[in-house]
Amino acid sequence: MTEPLLSVRDLRVEFPNRRGTLTALDGISFDIAPGEVLGMVGESGAGKSLTGAAIIGLLEPPGRIAGGEIRLKGQRIDTLSPEQMRRIRGKRIGMVFQDPLTSLNPLYTVAQQLVETIRTHMPLSEVDARKRAIALLDRVGIPAAARRIDDYPHHFSGGMRQRVVIALALCAEPELVIADEPTTALDVSVQAQIIDLIKEICAERGAAVMLITHDMGVIAETADRVAVLYAGRLAEIGPVRDVILDAAHPYTRGLMGSIPTLTQESDRLVQIPGAMPRLSSIPTGCAFNPRCPEAFDRCRTERPVPLDRPGGRQVACWLAAKESAHG
Amino acid sequence: MNRIARAWDSDLAYSFRHSPVAVVAAFVALLIILAAALAPLIAPHDPFNPASLNLMDGFTPPMEPNAFTGNTYWLGTDNQGRDIFSAILYGARISLFVGFSAVLFAMVLGIAVGLLAAWRGGWVDSLLMRIADVQLSFPSILIALLIFGVARGVIPPAYREEMAIWVLIVAIGLSDWVQFARVVRGAAMVEKAREYVQAARVIGVHPVRIVLTHILPNVMGPVLVIATIGLALAIIAEATLSFLGVGVPPTQPSLGTLIRIGQGFLFSGEWWIILFPSIALLALALSVNLLGDWLRDALNPRLK
Amino acid sequence: MIAYVLRRIVQSVLVMLVVALVSFSLFRFVGDPVATMMGQEASQADREALRDRLGLNDPVIVQFAGYIARAASGDFGISYRLQQPVMELILSRLPATLELALISGTLAFVFGVGLGVYTALNRRGWLSGTIMTVSLVGVSLPTFLIGVLLIWVFAVELQWLPSFGRGETVDVGPWRTGLLTPSGRASIVLPAITLGLYQMTLIMRLVRAEMLEVLRTDYIKFARARGLSDRAVNFGHALKNTLVPVITITGLQLGSIIAFAIITETVFQWPGVGALFINSVQFVDIPVMAAYLMLIALIFVVINLVVDLLYYAVDPRLRLDRAAARH
Repeated sequence: MTEPLLSVRDLRVEFPNRRGTLTALDGISFDIAPGEVLGMVGESGAGKSLTGAAIIGLLEPPGRIAGGEIRLKGQRIDTLSPEQMRRIRGKRIGMVFQDPLTSLNPLYTVAQQLVETIRTHMPLSEVDARKRAIALLDRVGIPAAARRIDDYPHHFSGGMRQRVVIALALCAEPELVIADEPTTALDVSVQAQIIDLIKEICAERGAAVMLITHDMGVIAETADRVAVLYAGRLAEIGPVRDVILDAAHPYTRGLMGSIPTLTQESDRLVQIPGAMPRLSSIPTGCAFNPRCPEAFDRCRTERPVPLDRPGGRQVACWLAAKESAHG
Repeated sequence: MNRIARAWDSDLAYSFRHSPVAVVAAFVALLIILAAALAPLIAPHDPFNPASLNLMDGFTPPMEPNAFTGNTYWLGTDNQGRDIFSAILYGARISLFVGFSAVLFAMVLGIAVGLLAAWRGGWVDSLLMRIADVQLSFPSILIALLIFGVARGVIPPAYREEMAIWVLIVAIGLSDWVQFARVVRGAAMVEKAREYVQAARVIGVHPVRIVLTHILPNVMGPVLVIATIGLALAIIAEATLSFLGVGVPPTQPSLGTLIRIGQGFLFSGEWWIILFPSIALLALALSVNLLGDWLRDALNPRLK
Repeated sequence: MIAYVLRRIVQSVLVMLVVALVSFSLFRFVGDPVATMMGQEASQADREALRDRLGLNDPVIVQFAGYIARAASGDFGISYRLQQPVMELILSRLPATLELALISGTLAFVFGVGLGVYTALNRRGWLSGTIMTVSLVGVSLPTFLIGVLLIWVFAVELQWLPSFGRGETVDVGPWRTGLLTPSGRASIVLPAITLGLYQMTLIMRLVRAEMLEVLRTDYIKFARARGLSDRAVNFGHALKNTLVPVITITGLQLGSIIAFAIITETVFQWPGVGALFINSVQFVDIPVMAAYLMLIALIFVVINLVVDLLYYAVDPRLRLDRAAARH
């Protein structure tokens, strides 16, 4: 097996506060292979964005990595100095944020922001950096890039701004792009274009993508593998096709039930009853047990350990463990 | 759970107990306010009774017996033999009276204008808020000085002295109402648009009742913050005006007047005449300011 | 752009008209215009003649127009107390106040921005905590007390600097300056610090608050995620965005410095317009009060206008047509 590009093991993120310590991420482990698209889904508050922030080393204080390790091509990056980590950001790991309207500094032209970023990571002259910037804008689909590059962000529409943001994230040829809900703030009509653009442009440059979203439909169309997060824990991870067609975790099944399809037989979407627990009151045992239709005693007392299943899948569920033991 | 226990358990009380600065500030402010309120009982001398003053006691340094009379004063005496400690207690009384009255005046005026602007809307609103904008662009001390000057021009000279303190209150109050008006107007606009207020209007509930039951409770937090910080500002404004010689008359010296008097003796070495009133003023203004600051942070955790 | 400038100018003129109305009411109804124009030793017949010539029996609106016309030509009557034309008095004292205001304004801005940025970037440091606490003392310390304290320490005890007056002055054309002589420069130190300290604290607290706000924005997070250096993020991006609102408020502060000079000038017996104004309030010298009001208002309005235009020049978002702002 080839060495994974990114390898996260037992990642634990904590937020100390006045009433104690909240564990926001607990025992998260996954790999991303070079060039692979990993989707990361879950409800809001499940810890998707936090995982991204932890990887890129931009957790908001007082949040901190309290355990586990993160490796990029085998090199441990969660223990690097802030300066070493800064050199990795933008250069080896790029990031695309949710809201293109607020991601760009309103007081600088697109050219200034691109050239600054390019020259931070590449030994290029001002002129060469500008040429590269224009080529990038052209590639991400900004019409008349050479002319529009000197415009300010507010001159662009939301979809165009997100293209600029993608150009910025990719301008130093990163090996991994973390896209955090890149289409949530956009019009439905441009969402698909932006997702396609990210997928396409990363594929042609061989960059892996970690696509954070709560939209199972986007994952289904885009990702190679998918990781499902629930209450700061990994519920299930595996190839997209397998997970969608044959979800092993009851929570994933619930999520799948909430995607409308043309061929659906039932009249209504399945809903998961209840709400995700707050981080301060995660139940003992499996975090999902109060909402799980199939929970049994063990789920309420003992936390499920991730269990390897055939086909490169993993699931943290006692029910699945029981079934595989019997089957 | 009874009321006191509930209040003790509230977030505000929690934040108070865990903020040593707030506790100390509250303690200092309460101490000064109490001492000022009880001045006639606490003060060893009556600084305003000429009969009790002995010119021989003049310029007695703190904690030292006077060379002629052998009397000892904690904080010394001024040129007329007035006990500085007593003068500070009475001075703080006047400073606090002016401060509280001015803030109360500004608060009532500001709330009234804010509610009126929000309720009537249209040109009433634009006019009132334009006035507020223009006034806000000028420093309040300047506004207070102008109002004070105009009042002196209008009031016949014979009454100037006895009216001075009321003129001062009005001048400071009028220079400080804008903040109240803006906050109240903003909150009232939001509430006015709410459905339950609309519903109350439709079924004919009296506007005054709507204001009292729905709108005022929602603005009490910010109003309290502005009032606390406003009290510190009013105390400083009063001291400043009195120091400039346009505040309370010398027959009723406030802390600012005492400092003005003391400044004259700085060069001849009688430092205690100016130092102790200054410390009292600073302690008062700072503790009230710190309380206001804490209150603002406690009510708006996001701003921290 | 032109429409915007015109609109702002019209607004400024309106404000000036309102202030002129207040000033006129002072002059006309609180004061005694005849005494103002003639001085107190004029005969009864002369007074009547002047009363007629001034048109004091005309409709008020006509009188108001006349007042504005005279004010525009610099004629504010004669001071009751000093028996000199008010304009002459003010002009002779204006240089002293302007020199004081400009020097303390510069001090306040430089140190205010510097300390504000420092405390925002090192939010949890002990030095920042100390600075913030001291600044609160600074806000609570009345200006006159700062002056008295400085006089006590530096003039009475240490005898390093003079405690009153402007020192030796030199006439440069119509401008009487104290900045060209050693004693003049020594004399301005304490007043300038006294006047600037309070403004500095305000600017510092404002810069800190704005900067903390800016540091929380998405575009700053995105700038960090692109691996830009701390220096580029903090001083290139965050500081520029912080300064846009700060410029507005700081510009307005310059106006309040001129107003607060009243206090400083009294403490240091500085022969400026502020001291003139205080005396006029004490002696109910209405013409001086009315003229001072107009002068201060004019300075405020001009500063306001300049600041707005500056704001417009700095922030590209404002330069854009409303219609194109969103699409």
